[in-house]
Amino acid sequence: MCLGIPGKVEKIFDENGLKMGNINYSGTINKACLEYVPEIKVGQYTVVHAGFGISIIDEEEAMKSYEAWEVLVEFAAKDGVDLYGNPLEESKDLIK
Amino acid sequence: MKYLDEFRDPVIAKQILSEIKKTITQPWVIMEVCGGQTHSILKNGIDQILPKEIELVHGPGCPVCVTPLEIIDKALAIASLPNVIFTSFGDMLRVPGSNKDLFQVKSEGGDVRIVYSPLEALKIARNNPDKEVVFFAIGFETTAPGNAMAIYQAHREGITNFSELVSHVLVPPAMTLLLSSPKNRVQAYLAAGHVCTIMGWREYEPIAKQYKVPIIPTGFEPIDILEGILLAVQQLEEGRYEVVNQYLRAVQRDGNRPAQDIISKIFEVGNRKWRGIGEIPQSGLLIRDEFSIYDAEKKFNVGNIITQESDECIAGVILQGLKKPHECPAFGKECTPMNPLGATMVSSEGACSAYYKYQRIKND
Repeated sequence: MCLGIPGKVEKIFDENGLKMGNINYSGTINKACLEYVPEIKVGQYTVVHAGFGISIIDEEEAMKSYEAWEVLVEFAAKDGVDLYGNPLEESKDLIK
Repeated sequence: MKYLDEFRDPVIAKQILSEIKKTITQPWVIMEVCGGQTHSILKNGIDQILPKEIELVHGPGCPVCVTPLEIIDKALAIASLPNVIFTSFGDMLRVPGSNKDLFQVKSEGGDVRIVYSPLEALKIARNNPDKEVVFFAIGFETTAPGNAMAIYQAHREGITNFSELVSHVLVPPAMTLLLSSPKNRVQAYLAAGHVCTIMGWREYEPIAKQYKVPIIPTGFEPIDILEGILLAVQQLEEGRYEVVNQYLRAVQRDGNRPAQDIISKIFEVGNRKWRGIGEIPQSGLLIRDEFSIYDAEKKFNVGNIITQESDECIAGVILQGLKKPHECPAFGKECTPMNPLGATMVSSEGACSAYYKYQRIKND
């Protein structure tokens, strides 16, 4: 629950009055809330924690973190679970 | 040194390790607070390459592990109610309550869903106005801003079929409690990096001074942890007790102010029970009265919970750094990740699951 994923802000938009962004995590794009990094701009990197950007980091640091992240994902996948310990098939089934 | 293969930059890692070996002259006990750090240490074999003078003990920074059994049982009771959609981070679904876990509730027909953000839970509430949607809001200071934002946003939009079952805990009171125990062995802390991203490190300065312990906000990668250990050892050897930030790329002294503002708007500090440790004064976040319609404990009548902890599980002393997981008689026998007796064997941040996964079966 303390893991943070770095991602690049591809697009910023308003959703229900909240500053949101499409975040590119090394090829996978997902949505995150950017209310806690109000000064962030498209093209910058943020550490995303549980769907919220919590800090802005520079590109070099983000790329280094990707490498560590990929090792973690691969390691968990070998055990048949995702990073949160959920069985890979069951977690797919549960995300509605 | 096969574990060094996974280091991002083995040259830097070796340099830091060499510096630690040159600096250290006597035994020291260092606690990494965060369960994410524990897993990184064991996965990368950091505990095995450090000089023998350094003992790493594993702290209580696993939110899944410290969520009290009463709250787990309340979650099970609420999730079993008709007309409720119960949402949670994935980790919580396998945590054993007194009699079952959330996966079992789902298999019995409960509408239990995994979400990766509390705003997803709020979206489910927005799309299902005839259902009550509950989010299991656990965690440390790192998840508090998101959980606070979901309540704040529900309030702004006038959504009333959303609530949170809250069991938020704060790190500094637990660190203080451990230091003030007569059994304490901790001489320095590696503080949890992302908790400090939110809260900064001001709160740690009086703790470092009063208890004479270096406190190092530290990241999660192997080199972060090695550097954090070096910064701690340097202070211990010199007789200094300060807060020194290792995690420069993500942590500022004042933390994230917008996040702190929304936390204090929605939550207030109060007493909170920690599983395996007991009640710690002023160690939790509680929903403020003005937002009580979003408090699932008040919304649903799930009182009279009688809990039943495992007699064999010693998670409490493990979370306090007093014993290692492989010192538990049930470790790897009655208690495994597939059949856990306690939450420390379930969570991806739990010390027992780390010892099991990375095969620290005995002292080596």
